[in-house]
Amino acid sequence: MKRVYVNEKWCLGCHLCEYYCAFANSGVDDMAKALKNVEINPKIRVEGDNKVSFAVQCRHCDNPLCVKGCISGALTKGDDGIVRVNQDKCVGCFTCVLSCPYGCITPSGTGVIQKCELCTQNGMEPACVQGCPNQAIVYEER
Amino acid sequence: MDFVNPRDFIPSEYKVIRNTDKCIGCRVCERQCANEVHHYDFDLKRMVADEQSCVACNRCVSICPTKALSIELNNYTYTPSANWSRKNINDVFEQAGTGSVLLASMGNPKDYPVYWDKILINASQVTNPSVDPLREPMETRTFLGKKPGKITRDERGNIVNNLTPQLTLDVPIMFSAMSYGSISYNAHESLARAAEALGTYYNTGEGGLHKDFYKFGKNTIVQVASGRFGVHKEYLEQGAAIEIKIGQGAKPGIGGHLPGAKIFGDVSKTRMIPEGVDAISPAPHHDIYSIEDLRQLVFSLKEATDYKKPVMVKIAAVHNVAAIASGVARGGADILVIDGFRGGTGAAPQMIRDNVGIPIELALASVDQRLREEGIRNNVSIVVAGSVRNAGDVVKAVALGADACYIGSSALMALGCHHCRNCHKAKCNWGIATQVPELVKRLNPNVGYKRLVNLVTAWNHEIKEMMGGMGINSLEALRGNRLMLRGVGLNEKELEILGIKHAGE
Amino acid sequence: MNYVIIGNSTAGIACVEGIRQLDKKNKITIITDEPHHTYGRPLISYLLYGKTTEDKMKYRPDSFYKDNNVEVLFGKKAMSIDKMNKRVNLDDGSNIKYDKLLVATGSRPFIPPMEGLDNVKSKFTFMTLDDARALEKAINKDSKVLVVGAGLIGLKCVEGIADRVKSIEVVDLADRILPSILDTEGAAMVQKKLEEKGVTFTLNDCVASFTENTATYKNSGRTVDFDVLVLAVGVRPNTELVSEAGGEVNRGIVIGDDSATTLKDIYAAGDCTECHDIVADINRILALLPNAYRQGETAGINMAGGNAVFDEAIPMNAIGFFGYHIITAGIYEGECYEDIKEETYKKLYVKNNRLVGYILIGDTANAGIYTSIIREKKNLDDIDFDLVKEKPVLMAFSRKDRTEKLGGAH
Repeated sequence: MKRVYVNEKWCLGCHLCEYYCAFANSGVDDMAKALKNVEINPKIRVEGDNKVSFAVQCRHCDNPLCVKGCISGALTKGDDGIVRVNQDKCVGCFTCVLSCPYGCITPSGTGVIQKCELCTQNGMEPACVQGCPNQAIVYEER
Repeated sequence: MDFVNPRDFIPSEYKVIRNTDKCIGCRVCERQCANEVHHYDFDLKRMVADEQSCVACNRCVSICPTKALSIELNNYTYTPSANWSRKNINDVFEQAGTGSVLLASMGNPKDYPVYWDKILINASQVTNPSVDPLREPMETRTFLGKKPGKITRDERGNIVNNLTPQLTLDVPIMFSAMSYGSISYNAHESLARAAEALGTYYNTGEGGLHKDFYKFGKNTIVQVASGRFGVHKEYLEQGAAIEIKIGQGAKPGIGGHLPGAKIFGDVSKTRMIPEGVDAISPAPHHDIYSIEDLRQLVFSLKEATDYKKPVMVKIAAVHNVAAIASGVARGGADILVIDGFRGGTGAAPQMIRDNVGIPIELALASVDQRLREEGIRNNVSIVVAGSVRNAGDVVKAVALGADACYIGSSALMALGCHHCRNCHKAKCNWGIATQVPELVKRLNPNVGYKRLVNLVTAWNHEIKEMMGGMGINSLEALRGNRLMLRGVGLNEKELEILGIKHAGE
Repeated sequence: MNYVIIGNSTAGIACVEGIRQLDKKNKITIITDEPHHTYGRPLISYLLYGKTTEDKMKYRPDSFYKDNNVEVLFGKKAMSIDKMNKRVNLDDGSNIKYDKLLVATGSRPFIPPMEGLDNVKSKFTFMTLDDARALEKAINKDSKVLVVGAGLIGLKCVEGIADRVKSIEVVDLADRILPSILDTEGAAMVQKKLEEKGVTFTLNDCVASFTENTATYKNSGRTVDFDVLVLAVGVRPNTELVSEAGGEVNRGIVIGDDSATTLKDIYAAGDCTECHDIVADINRILALLPNAYRQGETAGINMAGGNAVFDEAIPMNAIGFFGYHIITAGIYEGECYEDIKEETYKKLYVKNNRLVGYILIGDTANAGIYTSIIREKKNLDDIDFDLVKEKPVLMAFSRKDRTEKLGGAH
């Protein structure tokens, strides 16, 4: 399946992916309107400083520990390989937070969890990929 | 806080205009500005700017996700004077404070005539039909090198191949000499990969050739300059051609100076000089004081590479360029490169860059004319450099007599350069004219090389379009075809030197 | 080929999904003594809390059985296994033929003998949906509830009903709440949070005797009035089917990394089993939903002829009360690094130069990175432990490790 990969060599640590992610998932049509005076809670995070940095988000594992450990059946891995969360079913137990080796499942702020779904729920190519100014983040089959 | 003597104070050249309705405080401008112009003020809870160090590189403007930023000229004023411009006054302030030579980079920004913009191209109407490049073959391939004066045949009447080594260019555009050191590894990789993809050449400049790029050797011109940095047998053997650099358009008559601060790691290794030591290229080659000396170096290099590669000689366009060119053509060079006074540089004394040399258009016309008159035009191919900005400039250069052009500044702009002209400060925010690793990585060659390929491919389309319009279907037929050019707003003398008629004639 | 699964919860469902990875065709039969579509068992507290509904708490979609060609025998109890004839005998006298059998019978509440318990009319355990429904009927906003047991089940029950009753008293013989996952200091912090919601605790004590509406504590002699009693002292694994068929059972059913019991063609998974805790390097019951799934899936794959192994079980827990979260994993032995603030609590345990356990309270961000360091048995010399101590980040791994982790599919 196509996944989002980050080439550490080209990641600038600019954090724009986090903002494009937050914007894409805001449901608002204007970035300034969506994010002004908002503490963003993106589904991708950048680690490191401007010397060494990389962005990381859900790896959509072939052996998804989050899905297997999910107590409610809210996390599923689709036939397309994408691991999705049904926030309506999620009860916010955080077993997935405990399980994810990448730290890529985070609280949504509304008592449940959120995670990257490769922007399929937004009907677009992943926003982080499109917004990366250095093509450090790519969306491809490996 | 830095306290500045009021006499030294120069107002900031630029203003950072931030649309606070749009700014979302993501701080990407802060993270991306190597000059530390932007920062987030936690008390004010908003971004603020210290414009004093802004160089208008526009990195922040371009990367701002909400396009909340713009840079404007700061319109402060001194008492207005046509003679004492703001720049003239500020230069005095600066030098009175520092006692130093003013340094500058990229090309001459002063308001000298740009002859390209005073020359117009012809097109066919009715009597001499134009050629449609989308329907008919159109040749932009060209070969650089000495062309034999006559055809010789053996006893059986077969043609004897007496052609000396040639460079084959699929497009009449090459990337000019920019050293590894003055520009980054990633910039070099972008140029090398683009040259390979385009079927043309890039030039190492006087910085040697990083071993990683040996694989692009067949698209590489290796330069030998007065400092001889990075020159060794293997290096010479890697290249498709060798270029002897006598002069550079941006700084004719002087050598080069790469500060020790830029010389570490691979740059030092590639140049074969110690880390941290300034790399000073002498003004002249200390073994060249005459055309005969030049000829010796030309043939030394040919000898060293088994006469398998053309040797190029690059000179700056100066007052008696035609006579010098004649000497170079007779000195055994296969390709003559003339670099005009608007050519770019990674660092040059400002006075030299802004006041020395002559325009490439005039130099080219007079050199081509002189070599024709002397019957030695075929001894050399002519490559021109020094501010070729678009396909129109290329077509005009070829019609004035050039075989091909070098582009430097426009290539860097394709890589992201926004022409802020602060290369000499080595903090290029676009990852080009810098060796700072976290800045260098901002230029991803995967992106960069494609943009170069795009640029040159686009130009080549335009060249074909313009040639077709003239009813010409090969570069060959355009070369030196000055009838295809007319001048506008030029005086008799200028027209005479350019060898063209005035529009309407 | 007949696949038979006893149990309709996590391990059983995982077994179906395991089988179907390899075998899309052959029939699967699930035997369950409950009448319900599979549901997330730990969700019963969230049901009372109002965070889910009976519909949303379905562990798999309504079409799951149909989609996977599973026949479910609802409300049937497996009474015994006839291993000679490869049959499971049911409580209605019928039997089911199996070729491969999974025992995923889970556990049941353990109720120690307590004097006068029979006098109590309104008493409940808290393991199943039916338990939750019954409890819900019994409580109202005037109820005084006594919960015996301050473990995971008891306290999740407390969270579930806290806003729906007048008062809750919790009593436990242990010196702290959540003794199986928290140390004294951490437990005190969580206890404070629960006390802020009006819950009262009596620790180091137990009920000596009951009347219908009072309990008398053994150590203090104090008498507590209650309307509703919840018994959450502990659980016992349902191992009898296997032990009576001659399979090896310690505290739980003994299984290997392949989820096979000592009986031919019989597998077991979930809370009824013992597995190998790779941190403590001992076999023990790790009654955790993620482990149940992994064991069930492993069993399913192997039952269908595959070759799966689950060899990375570790103790781990994610639990929260009123939005205050606790995540723990591993064992609390060795050198301890701690970072304790007013609202957050972190302890990392290092033994033999490996991270072996952690407790996070309040701030649980990226906890899974710690879990993976434990599970992968990372030598701490190979990571930037100083960085990891501060917060769990992938930056702490070497570039090579990172490239491997992030560069491909896992």
